[in-house]
Amino acid sequence: MAADTRDEPADSGFGHISRTKDVSFRLLALAATLVGIVSLAALLLNVAVDAVGWLDWQFLTNPPHPDPFQAGFLPAIVGSIAIMLVIALVTFPLGVGAAIYLEEYAGDGYLTKFIQLNIANLAGVPSVVYGLLGLGLFVGLFSIGYGSVLAAAFTIALLILPIVIISAQEAIRSVPDSQRQASYGMGATKWQTIRNVVLPRAMPGIMTGTILALGRAIGETAPLIMIAAPTTVFGLPNGPFSKVSAMPLQIYNWASYPQTEFQYGVVAAGVVTLLVVLLTINSIAIVIRNRYQQRT
Amino acid sequence: MSQPDFSHDDIRTARGTAFRYLFLLCALLSILTTVGIILTLLIDAVDFFAQVSPVEFLTGTEWNPTHDPVSFGVLPLISGTLVITIGSAMVALPIGLLTAIYLSEYASDRQRAYLKPALEVLAGVPTVVYGYFALVYVTPALDTFLPLSTFNALSASIMVGIMIIPMVSSISEDAMSAVPDSLRQASYGLGATKFTVSTSVVVPAALSGIFSSFILALSRAIGETMIVAIAAGQTPRMVDLTDPAGMFLNSIQPMTSAMVQIGTGDIVGQGEAYKSLFAVGLTLFVITFVMNLISEFVASRYREVYR
Repeated sequence: MAADTRDEPADSGFGHISRTKDVSFRLLALAATLVGIVSLAALLLNVAVDAVGWLDWQFLTNPPHPDPFQAGFLPAIVGSIAIMLVIALVTFPLGVGAAIYLEEYAGDGYLTKFIQLNIANLAGVPSVVYGLLGLGLFVGLFSIGYGSVLAAAFTIALLILPIVIISAQEAIRSVPDSQRQASYGMGATKWQTIRNVVLPRAMPGIMTGTILALGRAIGETAPLIMIAAPTTVFGLPNGPFSKVSAMPLQIYNWASYPQTEFQYGVVAAGVVTLLVVLLTINSIAIVIRNRYQQRT
Repeated sequence: MSQPDFSHDDIRTARGTAFRYLFLLCALLSILTTVGIILTLLIDAVDFFAQVSPVEFLTGTEWNPTHDPVSFGVLPLISGTLVITIGSAMVALPIGLLTAIYLSEYASDRQRAYLKPALEVLAGVPTVVYGYFALVYVTPALDTFLPLSTFNALSASIMVGIMIIPMVSSISEDAMSAVPDSLRQASYGLGATKFTVSTSVVVPAALSGIFSSFILALSRAIGETMIVAIAAGQTPRMVDLTDPAGMFLNSIQPMTSAMVQIGTGDIVGQGEAYKSLFAVGLTLFVITFVMNLISEFVASRYREVYR
């Protein structure tokens, strides 16, 4: 960025003018930059230490149990994965479709500006409000059922859709215009150009954005509470309409138990599991991004 | 697109036209979502206001939706939200601004390549995890030297503050990077140090972007749910401005936390308490919507200045 050109002359030329103030401000700014990262690292270290001895095979394969030593996470893990799969199926085509329209078809008219502003605003609506939308729309109007897999997935899909659209738009925008023109020059239609030229080039970016959005979806809790998803489920979901819990909901439930075995053991194991899944999802996104960045 | 458009699907293929409208439909879904949010909130909120007068709702100082005698004054919830917002702002705004200055003015490209993704992790941690951290690690740690309640506004504010740091720092940094280098060079030419350049030239020039990031971050703090639901408790109380310490050391209840409490309760169906969920949701939506619009407006103004 801009910093390269100005560093050397400034520092070498004015080294003696109130140097103390300059240096201390630099250190203060650096300390501020690190404060969030360091405190998060400290908290993660705490939770990792507490999870030792609790995060074992039995924890990952058992259903929840009032006895902390037998409590397990399996229904919540499977529930989260089921919800995520449906979310991916819904948001990917809708998000990419909207992004294609906005980048390739739409003009600069008021409708486009309005849609764009609307998407930016939707990205800032509190997740608990999306929960009320899901309650009114999917549970109330369409009667999909309180806390079912589909109601949960559709609600969170609407919540992350703006993020998917915005990142897909950026990916499509980064495809050079010369490639589109070359395709038109060969006599291709607009749809052929989009399908054969734009989408293949933009796909790594679209995938990265969608996967990162799914990572956000897996941590969402408040919307699930609003659509009355149960905080504890003892069996695995066996269909799109069966009641489902999710990892963050189960953690929320356990965190309210007073016993220290839950507070500093079982919940810590749940938090570590959730973070490991989240980290895996995000690493996949980063791998995709790096792999395709090198080629271009 | 600035170049001439050589595409020609509309005249050639019906298929091209069909896809065009299919994609338009996807884009219009976002508008439908907004309409859906407003309608779902309004329909039930209107039902609620038929039973509880809006004046009583907006000016009442007692929130007690479940136990007789019920009362639906939203002010204690708004003041709880205010406490969390002020608390998290005191954490996130100075730290986020200093972080942005460091990233934009001091950090080398190499440092920036590590620091920016590391900061983004802060916003990516699920909020239920932050809530758990606040309850189980931060509160006991602070309790050793402060007279804290088990549930308190202070730990929740600190965690919300840490969560929104990246929102302040990344938008502010964008605004600072957009400040033309000639302004910095002019200042260096007058003999200014980097400290003076950062604080007296770059920050004032990027002020609208910085404000925009502040508003957006505060809007996030207002809507944040799980951290406050887990760590701040469920005691709706009015802000006592004469006792700022007590305000943070004790349990409070923001709007979002009240919504979770009703949502997890067994109140399903048509009761007033259930309907009040939508009235509080509408209040929350209106507040954050207005703040997001202001942030968008302020940000779009600075974009035009330097281009």
